[in-house]
Amino acid sequence: MVFESYILPVLIFAGAGLIAGALLYAASKIFAVKADEKLEAVNEALPGINCGACGYSGCGDYANAIIDGAPTNLCKAGGTAVAEKLAEILGVEAAEVDQLVAVVHCNGDCNATSPKYTFDGVSSCAAAKRFYGGSESCAYGCLGFGDCASVCPNGAISIKDGLAKVDKSLCVGCGLCEKACPKKIITMKSIKKFVDVACSSTSVGKTTKEICKVGCIACKICERKCPEGAIKVNNNLAQIDYSKCTSCGICAQSCPTHAIVDCRNSLEVRN
Amino acid sequence: MKELLAILLSAIIIDNFVLSKFMGICPFLGVSKKFESAIGMGIAVIFVMVCSTLVTYPFYMGILLPLKLGYLSNMSFILIIALFVQLIEIFLKKTMPALYKALGVYLPLITTNCAVLGVTLLNINNNLTFVQSIFNALGGGIGFTVALLLFSGVRSRLETCDIPETFKGVPSTLIAASIVSVSFMGFSGLIEGIFGK
Repeated sequence: MVFESYILPVLIFAGAGLIAGALLYAASKIFAVKADEKLEAVNEALPGINCGACGYSGCGDYANAIIDGAPTNLCKAGGTAVAEKLAEILGVEAAEVDQLVAVVHCNGDCNATSPKYTFDGVSSCAAAKRFYGGSESCAYGCLGFGDCASVCPNGAISIKDGLAKVDKSLCVGCGLCEKACPKKIITMKSIKKFVDVACSSTSVGKTTKEICKVGCIACKICERKCPEGAIKVNNNLAQIDYSKCTSCGICAQSCPTHAIVDCRNSLEVRN
Repeated sequence: MKELLAILLSAIIIDNFVLSKFMGICPFLGVSKKFESAIGMGIAVIFVMVCSTLVTYPFYMGILLPLKLGYLSNMSFILIIALFVQLIEIFLKKTMPALYKALGVYLPLITTNCAVLGVTLLNINNNLTFVQSIFNALGGGIGFTVALLLFSGVRSRLETCDIPETFKGVPSTLIAASIVSVSFMGFSGLIEGIFGK
């Protein structure tokens, strides 16, 4: 009884599995595909998070492209370390990677702004945006439902007080959040630049001041103080030309509403 | 012979696995974007269906049924199907790398394609003979391919259509799939008409 109902089925399955395994082994020997040794090493060296920032559909696809002669410095997530490793594997000169980091151009958390209405719908920025541009009183600000955080492959974005925050040490610069943000307030910048305009409002200064304590009011003080002439106030919003910016931080110190922030001493892009 | 032809035709048109029984919807929606990958997927499914039936039917009738282990059919059939899927995957990787890449994740997913498991189980549940089972599996596979090819044509038209933003992508695809499925209902009764009851 025990044999028929318990042991026999197990034996049958073990036997069938063994035969199947033997067949597959034989097939894999007959139809073996020669794998490139370099390809395997390149695959090892890449971070394997498949973020797509290099422009290929994943790490495996990029590895194939590298073997076919693609540049070794496209991996934003791995940065210079990975580029050096790749160059070593292929025996070519290592090229520097300009590592990018995501910046949320809004500083309006719960303390600085107030909601326009209570949104009870699906907890997503894209959904909230469809109702009169979102529940924030500022039409340009972060909605704080975390569409960016949910696409981040490395968990670098968190929502604190209704505002998306980027952890610079975790951000790999893939730019997925930039694409996910329905308000288009996330952009990528070089990790070596330290000042950002943390506001996206193009309303006139008076309107911005009424609804947000930390918004850019287009007072143009930064424009005058910047020694390099890197800041221009366009359409009621300060904009930094990073090709001229030396990250001196004078603009951040002089901004009356702290809409320009200096992140050199903080782990987050902004605190 | 007449009976076998009836089984074959009815499996292709009337009891189409995708459009009438709603099995294998995942690869149906996933691989029907391009004509080439649709035909590759179809041939792979035909191969897996026929080969699995060739093995599962004797396995069930010869081993499981005499030992009163019929309840193990689902599990053992999946094992056999997985074997053939693996074989075809190894084969494609070597001989047709382009098709292998185009099919991507849907190739190993044939393992869990319920149309394949459905064919092997229905053969036994419907008390078909061995030869009838093979024709049923062949018809099921061809029916799957036909559905895939038809729908790839529909989708290539859909791509150039001016669809409202809300319906773009998956919604319009699902609506198109339902219309194709409804149109296949028009074939019901065809076999009885040709071959008699």
